[in-house]
Amino acid sequence: MNKSKEQLLNKRYKAEQRFRLYGLSAIFMALLFLTIFIFKIFSTGYSAFQKTWLIVPVTFDAELMMLEQNPSNEDLQDADYYDIALKSMADLDPNANEDQENELKRMVSYFFEKEIKNELLNNPGLIGKTKEVYLTASDDLDQVFKGNYPRDLPEDQRRVSDYQLKIFDQLVAKGKVESKFNISFFTYADSREPELAGIASSFMGSIFSILVCLMIAFPVAVLAAIYLEEFAPKNRFTDFIEVNINNLAAVPSIVFGLLGLGVLLAIFHLPRSTPLVGGITLSLMTLPTIIIAARASLKAVPPSIREAALAMGASRMQTTMHHTVPLSMPGTLSGTIIGLAQALGETAPLILIGMVAFVNTIPGSPMDPAASLPVQIYIWAESAERGFVEKVSACIMVLLGFLIIMNLFAQIIRHKFEKKWS
Amino acid sequence: MIKIKAKNVDVFYGKKQALYNIGLDIEENQVTALIGPSGCGKSTFLRCLNRMNDVIDICRVKGEILINDFNINDKSCDVVRLREKIGMVFQKPNPFPKTLYENVSYGPTIHGMAQSKQEMDEIVETSLKKAALWEEVKDRLHEPGTGLSGGQQQRLCIARAISVRPEVILMDEPCSALDPIATAQIEELIDELKKEHTIIIVTHSMAQAARVSQNTGFFHLGHLIEHGSTDKIFKNPDNTKTQDYITGRFG
Repeated sequence: MNKSKEQLLNKRYKAEQRFRLYGLSAIFMALLFLTIFIFKIFSTGYSAFQKTWLIVPVTFDAELMMLEQNPSNEDLQDADYYDIALKSMADLDPNANEDQENELKRMVSYFFEKEIKNELLNNPGLIGKTKEVYLTASDDLDQVFKGNYPRDLPEDQRRVSDYQLKIFDQLVAKGKVESKFNISFFTYADSREPELAGIASSFMGSIFSILVCLMIAFPVAVLAAIYLEEFAPKNRFTDFIEVNINNLAAVPSIVFGLLGLGVLLAIFHLPRSTPLVGGITLSLMTLPTIIIAARASLKAVPPSIREAALAMGASRMQTTMHHTVPLSMPGTLSGTIIGLAQALGETAPLILIGMVAFVNTIPGSPMDPAASLPVQIYIWAESAERGFVEKVSACIMVLLGFLIIMNLFAQIIRHKFEKKWS
Repeated sequence: MIKIKAKNVDVFYGKKQALYNIGLDIEENQVTALIGPSGCGKSTFLRCLNRMNDVIDICRVKGEILINDFNINDKSCDVVRLREKIGMVFQKPNPFPKTLYENVSYGPTIHGMAQSKQEMDEIVETSLKKAALWEEVKDRLHEPGTGLSGGQQQRLCIARAISVRPEVILMDEPCSALDPIATAQIEELIDELKKEHTIIIVTHSMAQAARVSQNTGFFHLGHLIEHGSTDKIFKNPDNTKTQDYITGRFG
């Protein structure tokens, strides 16, 4: 009798130990995947924050630029920089033939003319003089310098020619190639050229979309939650509404995208590809999340507080507005932020309403065409150029950073402001 | 003087009847205790008196409850005005998670009883003094009310209830969550308060009912079995059920 009891006890302890082991290995697996994922993204993406520059001597020849004596600022604006830009690149190899000169030109981005122009505009005294100017290297050379380019491929399988590599290596040997922090990644809009592509447009697009989404979803959701929780009679109809709100939260986001396409664009003719439409579409998606969070936090306010207020002669509206709603706000707000974070990472509905279009301007308002961060990742991931690989990872890093900050904020609000009920 | 007159009061929770044909008169400026075993309907009856049962969706109240000869179950009765006149203290102390000052000034604020900050300060001070809490908290009026001890919290709730100078104060087992010392303080307070207010107290403790009340009603299974002066109920009850309950044979 006693022995079998002991066996039973041992069995129970062993079962518990096994269970703990399963739990630990599950956590270990999760952490392992997370680590691999983060390591992969960082190791691919970190180099996108560096940009390669060629330092090229430029002679600001007034004649080539078609400039008169003592040019005004306007003259400088209108001057022709293409010839001196071409010439300075061609001068890298005095013996170059016409084809080779063309190849030399392609070693820098097509912004080289603009970069030379800016140099002169900043310092008009350079006319007639020679100065070394930083020019953005072409994306392929950028990759060569970062060591991401397979130099040992046969020449006909490479986009960089042997000649370009030779000149480039000479420049490297002379210390005329430099890597600097890639500011333009944050200040430029998208571009077909990886070396000139930045996230400014998609970042602003995301911000505007989220703001529009917040301004629509938050008031509607909070009012709906307050009504359902505090005022609505509990009957079949409100049960039905509740079930449907929960269902709405489970609807695939692409369906909302189709709704945006079919209603906002086709019927209301709102401007295509804009954060306005994106934000409205995302707000439909965020609405149930916020309603559910707000209702849960309203429910968590103890009924004794409502009774106390009602017994003091407060009307239902006063009870709700003076006590219940303020007490539920921390939960509601953190739910809202989590809903917005979800919306921020949403891609499919935005693609459907046209936010996938190539936008090379930075939007100034929600009415301007824009991309958004996740869509930008999608666009770049689709592109063939080698330079976009690291850009994709870098963009993911920015998006993840954004999401982590938002979730952190939600946690802080929850822990700091939520009342503890003894 | 009779303050409250309940006539033929029936209460239903959905289909279940919780109170049967209650008729009870409550004397002005006296303490009336409602006693009885758990689930007998004494709290339900108390909540009829300030229409707190309205909050419960499935609850229906029938019959007449006359307060100052006015039927509060009448459609013309304004619940907000009614609850201004009838204060309530709950079983578990439930101060608002706000400062002490805000707790006490809430009622006067929503009913517009003070014209200036000074007047409000006075109301808060008198209410806290009447609730015998002033000396303990006068230096920390702007600290949260939830930081007080249980007994202090309950006195704060009493101060909050009397801040709007109600004619009647309903107390739903106000001492059940408190220790004996805090209970004694509240009981003393009740004795003091009855000079200005009519008090109805639901209690589980027969000793408490005997100590604080002048009149007692005994509820059992939704019926008011017996009511009368506390002396009579405790010493010479008419009904054997009352006798059994008082002597501790059930409940």
